[in-house]
Amino acid sequence: MKKKIHRRYLAEFVARVLMIGSFALVALILGLILWTLIQKGLPSLTWEMVSQTPKGGFYLGKEGGILNAILGSLYMAGGGTLIALIFSLPIAIYLNTYLGSSRWGNYVRLVLDILWGIPSIVYGAFGFIIMLSMGMRASLLGGTITLTLLALPIMTRAMDEVIRRMPTDLSEAALALGSTRLEIALRVTLPQMLPGILTAVLLAFGRVIGDAASVLFTAGYTDNIPTTLFRPVASLPLAVFFQLGTPFPEVQQRAYASALILTILVLILSIGSRLISSRLNKYTIK
Amino acid sequence: MQPHIQVKNLNVHYGRTHVLKDINLEILPQQITVIMGPSGCGKTTLLKTLNRFIELVDGTRVTGQILLDGQDIYSNDVDVTEVRKRIGLLAQRPQPLPMSIAANVAYGMQIHRMKSNRQEVRKSVQHYLEVAGLWEEVSHRLNDPATSLSTGQQQRLCLARGLAIEPEIILGDEPTSALDPISSQHIEKRLLTLKDTYTTIIVTHTLRQAKRLADQVIFMYLGEVIEAGPADAVFNHPKVERTQQYLAGLF
Ligand SMILES: Nc1ncnc2c1ncn2[C@@H]1O[C@H](COP(=O)(O)OP(=O)(O)OP(=O)(O)O)[C@@H](O)[C@H]1O
Ligand SMILES: [Mg+2]
Repeated sequence: MKKKIHRRYLAEFVARVLMIGSFALVALILGLILWTLIQKGLPSLTWEMVSQTPKGGFYLGKEGGILNAILGSLYMAGGGTLIALIFSLPIAIYLNTYLGSSRWGNYVRLVLDILWGIPSIVYGAFGFIIMLSMGMRASLLGGTITLTLLALPIMTRAMDEVIRRMPTDLSEAALALGSTRLEIALRVTLPQMLPGILTAVLLAFGRVIGDAASVLFTAGYTDNIPTTLFRPVASLPLAVFFQLGTPFPEVQQRAYASALILTILVLILSIGSRLISSRLNKYTIK
Repeated sequence: MQPHIQVKNLNVHYGRTHVLKDINLEILPQQITVIMGPSGCGKTTLLKTLNRFIELVDGTRVTGQILLDGQDIYSNDVDVTEVRKRIGLLAQRPQPLPMSIAANVAYGMQIHRMKSNRQEVRKSVQHYLEVAGLWEEVSHRLNDPATSLSTGQQQRLCLARGLAIEPEIILGDEPTSALDPISSQHIEKRLLTLKDTYTTIIVTHTLRQAKRLADQVIFMYLGEVIEAGPADAVFNHPKVERTQQYLAGLF
């Protein structure tokens, strides 16, 4: 009797050590990445960097900034996430209300999971081929559409889970009070799901704004600020990539600064949506 | 006394299974009607036909009539939300809406546009929370999430929320089975004080509760109404053998 209890505590102890260990490892790696970015990037992170476009000789270490890439990334990732949201919400609702956990429903989920796992370079190549066949060239439009495709499976699956976790009794409770379907959707279902939807959107946004491979061929690169959908556009991940590839230490440092800007953008968005989410979360049924 | 609800030749099928068989009932106003019977005999199904929840289940077929003040609630020109507005439902497990305590009670009044301004809504919220016996416990935290209440308090909140749409009928499907004894007592007490204003129909599995509440009793078995009548008669002089056996605790 005594021995058994002892063993259970030992198992508990080992499990806890393992969990804390993995957590510490991940935290350490994350910390190192951030530390590298800050250490190497912060010195070059000037106001000029975020408020100007590259001037002549920028890639040789002369003046200018990466406003073109910041705006380009925000446009493409923002647009792509938004369009993906418009499509993924109905898909997720359809998946739940009509397919449910049927065989077809699970096939669709499997396909979405595979799409989620496909490397982004494949999306880039796919988008590129489509664009070629349509006679389009690398542009803000092309990049946005490719990022939409990249975001779509992530967002759909995340929302699928959100809707699946919706308590079934909830809409019955509202129906019993004489609600119409629309009133339930707007006043009960939506408030209940909003925090989860926000998380799904953020998850997708974080993935697409940091992706270089998918926009390499489809969006191209330019030193100009994007003004039209049909011209090439710069992006932060490619700015990091190109600057890091130069032989000049000053430019390489700016690559780290660009990466830092990208990280800060995602961080601000994450914290912002967390704050909103916890607000919205107050009344949801767990 | 004129019956409030009349059920005529009601039959319900779930796919191939015949769940309710030729039900004929008259339910009187200002009385508590208690439905009893073994598990699976169709009590929940019967309640669901009364507020048309039955049509939410796929593959059901309902025939016969349910007359509310003489009008068939299944007829084509009847608005289902109006039917449900006239009927308050207490579910087995309380299910608060994802909003604050006050908003839960206000919700029904708002969707049915029953009050013209906030002041009136606030007054009614207090009124119905008082009627449900919850006001004193929550008056200082009306904006807290409804989920922060205990289960027993949540059930009383659901009662207040249901009463706030000013229904004529209260349905309860084992409304106290998830509650502790004290909370159950609370609910029972409320139902007894409310019965003069409403037509109340309660499903219960506890004989003691049935005896405490019932004015009328409906005893069901395998989808049929075996015996129905005044509580005193059914409990003390049951005519049907099945009822006698059930009351004796034989099944
Ligand atoms: N959605 C459904 N599909 C098919 N059959 C169902 C469905 N719901 C209920 N039934 C069947 O209908 C019969 C009556 O069910 P009902 O829920 O009305 O019983 P009940 O008297 O409320 O039982 P309990 O006391 O256990 O709650 C049962 O045989 C049940 O298996
Ligand atoms: Mg039941």
